[in-house]
Amino acid sequence: MIAHFPILQVIIPLMAAPICLILKRPKLVWLFALIVSGLAFSISILLLQQVMTSGVISYELGGWQAPWGIEYRIDKLNAFVLLIITAISTIVLFAAQTSIEKEIPKNKHTYFYVLFLLSLTGMLGIVATGDAFNVFVFLEISSLSAYALIAIGKDKRALWASYQYLIMGTIGATFILIGIGLMYQMTGTLNMQDLSQRLPEVAQTRTVFTAFAFVIVGICLKLALFPLHLWLPNAYAYAPSIVTAFFAATATKVAIYLLIRFTFSVFGLSFSFTTIPLQTLFMALGLLGIFIASTSAIYQNNIKHLFAYSSIAQIGYMIVGFSLTTVAGLTATLLHLFNHALMKSGIFLALAAVMYRIGNVQLNSFYGLGKQMPLTMAAIVIGGLSLIGVPLTVGFISKWYLLVALLEQGWWPVAVLILLGSLIAVIYIWRIVEVAYFKEPLLNNKPVKEAPLYFLIPIWTLIIANIYFGIDTRLSVQVAEAAAMSLFEVTP
Amino acid sequence: MLIGHFNYWIVVVLMMIGLYIVIAHGNLIKKIVGLVIFQTSVFIFYISMAKVDGGTAPILADDISQYSNPLPHVLILTAIVVGIATTALALSLVVRIKEEYGSIEEQKIQSQDNLSQDKLSQENLSQDNKILVNQSQINQYQTSQAQENQIQEYQQDGKHR
Repeated sequence: MIAHFPILQVIIPLMAAPICLILKRPKLVWLFALIVSGLAFSISILLLQQVMTSGVISYELGGWQAPWGIEYRIDKLNAFVLLIITAISTIVLFAAQTSIEKEIPKNKHTYFYVLFLLSLTGMLGIVATGDAFNVFVFLEISSLSAYALIAIGKDKRALWASYQYLIMGTIGATFILIGIGLMYQMTGTLNMQDLSQRLPEVAQTRTVFTAFAFVIVGICLKLALFPLHLWLPNAYAYAPSIVTAFFAATATKVAIYLLIRFTFSVFGLSFSFTTIPLQTLFMALGLLGIFIASTSAIYQNNIKHLFAYSSIAQIGYMIVGFSLTTVAGLTATLLHLFNHALMKSGIFLALAAVMYRIGNVQLNSFYGLGKQMPLTMAAIVIGGLSLIGVPLTVGFISKWYLLVALLEQGWWPVAVLILLGSLIAVIYIWRIVEVAYFKEPLLNNKPVKEAPLYFLIPIWTLIIANIYFGIDTRLSVQVAEAAAMSLFEVTP
Repeated sequence: MLIGHFNYWIVVVLMMIGLYIVIAHGNLIKKIVGLVIFQTSVFIFYISMAKVDGGTAPILADDISQYSNPLPHVLILTAIVVGIATTALALSLVVRIKEEYGSIEEQKIQSQDNLSQDKLSQENLSQDNKILVNQSQINQYQTSQAQENQIQEYQQDGKHR
């Protein structure tokens, strides 16, 4: 049983999705999906434990040996990412039933869970697999269900956003497919481990350069790296809130994982960062992303839009850490992967609660909301503080590690820019705090009650995790550091 | 060079045509057509990659020693299925967009989205609540009027064509 965990992780949600269609009754399906996601979560915990103690787990699908058959390969990096995805999906699903009541037409509730589980399967598959072509297949499973999930709501603008995402996403995925094809052409293998051994022999050919370029651009499209982020703000803002909470915390993280996996493990460190000036490129794009996206966030009146732009800025921080190509830099990126998932899902769930009570998330609906929905608003404020990077929150931890990593390399101008970027976050968080706590409610806004418990429990679980991992960083830092070290093949 | 890599030239040309259509055309269906051409070029790329000169289909037989590589062909079967699913989803999204917006032209959809956004930002500007109510009602009325006018325009357009 334990030996089959790597595949069970992916298969359980995949099998559960069609079963949802048989169960039919939304309440029942919700409970079922929650259990399935919880099961995946517990498997990922066990996998992480196993990897931390006894090293890499390799699982051969159908008993076919590794370079020929498909291999699932769990190391510290993907065990960590699996844990993030399943944890967020479980917590988010808890609030799903209540949230979709108002945002998704009644007859589509069952389909929502089917799509949700399929999307989860796709993400878990991308992360768990050790086969390059398998990555593409799972990428499309998760993306196709994501497009449908975004469009399933009542807001008609979501349709247009979903269409744009579909066009961009498909181009991105096809780029990755081209890259994988070129790699196969040069090496005759699709197994990542095998690729990493065979690519150096042919590293100086134009075909491999082209493959690298296609894969990186394709992943960056999925990643919403500035300037390829155009699909993200509308898709996140108009999707049903619960979908936004799930995707904001997981979808781009999976893409970051892919970026790390392909540059570090498949193409190898020396190839990735010496043949193309990737370091400078990513550093510049990361910083530009931080500033431009944060500044755009200030001018948004739709709060979901605001936090969607802030997500793009946060991706900028991860990319800056990544571009350092040091253990410290990568640790910062991985930490932020975890921390950002905690804060963004917390904030977007709180916004889902606002959406549930008020019906929109325009800034002028937030007037005086601090008194009417104290717990929800407090959650947004703490999540916001975490985004800024105030001490005692997780945001501080990841910013701190990023700054240390930057100073270690002597890149203090970049460190200053990072701090300035955080100051912009203060402005957009303050806009919400100001109207929610220091303004009287508009007469036009109907008074509302606090959000139901189905929201408050998951929101506060995430917010308390935000504070807990901001104080007791042993777990997150230890795992992130170990994962970063294993990628550089440094023994601790 | 030119003849030996004939397949690959076709792949590149198709790929560029496809991408150009996706970028340049405002009609949502045409965009999908471009996307499909783009994907098809990748299918051809995989298929020609696996062809071995003088090789036959990979079926064991006595007097044949050279076979083409079947693996990329199998891979691309998967990619074709994915491509079909994507196209189907995209088309169904277009159907829904047509239902909601009454158009499948990118510009007209954008302008409708902008209209609704303008309305919301105007609501934000006016702080006085009583005015806000009236203002928003007026705005709603104006937008619905504007939308009606637009729909009439489309219908007239259709007749002229």
